Amino acid sequence: MSVKQISVFIENKKGALAEVTKFIAENKINLNALSIADTRDFGILRIITDNPDNARDILRGEGYTVTATAVLAVAIDHTPGAMASVLAILNDADIVIEYTYAFMSNTPDKAYMIFRVDNNDKATAALTAQGVAVLNQEDIF
Amino acid sequence: MGNYYQQDIETMAPEGLRAIQSERLLKQVRHAYDNVAYYREMMDKKGVSPDDIKSLDDLHKLPFLTKADLREAYPYGLLAKPLSECVRIQSTSGTTGKRVVVFYTAHDVDIWEQCCARAIMAVGGTKEDVVQVCYGYGLFTGGAGLHGGSHKVGSLTLPMSSGNTERQIQFMQDLGSTIICCTPSYAAYIGETLKEMGISPDDIQLKAGIFGAEPWTEEMRRDVEKSLGLKAYDIYGLTEMCGPGVAFECEAQGGMHINEDYFIPEIIDPDTGEVLPEGAKGELVFTTLDKEAFPLLRYRTRDICVLHREKCACGRTLIKMAKPMGRSDDMLIIRGVNVFPSQIETVLLEQGYTPNYRIEVDRAGNNDTLDIYVELTSEQFSDTVRAIEQKEKQLAAAMKTMLGINPKMHLVPPKSIARSEGKAVRVVDKRKLHD
Ligand SMILES: [Zn+2]
Repeated sequence: MSVKQISVFIENKKGALAEVTKFIAENKINLNALSIADTRDFGILRIITDNPDNARDILRGEGYTVTATAVLAVAIDHTPGAMASVLAILNDADIVIEYTYAFMSNTPDKAYMIFRVDNNDKATAALTAQGVAVLNQEDIF
Repeated sequence: MGNYYQQDIETMAPEGLRAIQSERLLKQVRHAYDNVAYYREMMDKKGVSPDDIKSLDDLHKLPFLTKADLREAYPYGLLAKPLSECVRIQSTSGTTGKRVVVFYTAHDVDIWEQCCARAIMAVGGTKEDVVQVCYGYGLFTGGAGLHGGSHKVGSLTLPMSSGNTERQIQFMQDLGSTIICCTPSYAAYIGETLKEMGISPDDIQLKAGIFGAEPWTEEMRRDVEKSLGLKAYDIYGLTEMCGPGVAFECEAQGGMHINEDYFIPEIIDPDTGEVLPEGAKGELVFTTLDKEAFPLLRYRTRDICVLHREKCACGRTLIKMAKPMGRSDDMLIIRGVNVFPSQIETVLLEQGYTPNYRIEVDRAGNNDTLDIYVELTSEQFSDTVRAIEQKEKQLAAAMKTMLGINPKMHLVPPKSIARSEGKAVRVVDKRKLHD
């Protein structure tokens, strides 16, 4: 189980993020979640959208460096310690987390977390075994 | 046992070769001085007379000749024989300025063709072979040189010239061509066309290719060897000197043997003109030894390369030159090391990157810095910072192997490299701003 995330390679320069988000808006691509990783030289813009294949094609067509990655989406409770227990499950299963970010859920009391891990299948198995809901592309929109 | 055109010369002991070179050098210098006012003036100005040149050791006393001299002397200023003695002209394309026209007597054509015959036999050519010459014919030296060499070997010569690729392939199949001579890029194109036409390399008889007149990489060599099913060999020459055949690769595929009985090579520091020892990297300079119509004394080729005299598996004793690394005009000196944009491009292509890059040289304190910016395409992009930094490290290591110095690599999005008129601006040397 996984969700398709679209990543765009951008310059770490004033205006670069604004330019790509403007292009995304003009092309009516829904931004359900957005996160940025940056270094001194470059940034990676990561987005979750309802039609990732379309978003990838439109961005590539404009000349952007774009890739699609399968990431885990997890629904967690809006309660203290919920995030910590998910991380503990992954840690106990020897899963390496590359990065994680949160986004707004369409269900009250729940938050959605995105995890990029080294092994999606193993992570999914470990989480579901402990009763944590791992979501599909359809579940989050 | 090697396959030679003139075994006595090609495998001669070094002392014998030096004796021939010394003897011919004295004659060549005297001939140029007596018959060419341009040389007379240059030598008088430097205070050197033909009498000062007593052996090979005196070569360094002569002034250099440059491409600018050739242009200035156009068309007859360096001619050392009456036109009535000349039988041929060939010419450069003139892409980098005014064209250069070179004259040949019958003797000059003969020695040029000998050099090309040696090149053909060094790749295994014999009178049984069918040699398809698809270098351009005409003023360009490629077609005429290999054509003449092939005649001398006694091979069946197909004077195809370049272009009309499907006809080239048809002749190749119908007449069983075994050796092909052309530019490496045209060879690659023929390989692609073969594939498109559904013809396997096993369906043609080619065994060797002699490819020159353009820079090419080891990667291109491997590709062409595969797509055409042959062994690919390099050949070197400049129109000014005669054309292809000044140096040629043998079966060892490790550098080109220079026809030293006709051309003396030297390596010099391009900035000071100082002669460098064997094995040092510098600008290649040639002196012709037996040219009647168009002798060249210490002609600066602007090609940067290295010379090695070593025992070669083919049995030849002629000195070897490495494939030129670039033009002295493009050379950057960074932390005392010579760096060429062409070397950087070679590494990028071999590592699967696009040749869209920018080189920035600057100075931090007393140290030169080298930053290379390369476009990262979607195919190579993986979504983590760590993966991109890892790629930068790998690329820096490959650059270090090629250049001898460690650059800082920056993978950047395609649009971030500035372009002028569609072409990426390759080199920015900011050190000049501080001087
Ligand atoms: Zn050899």
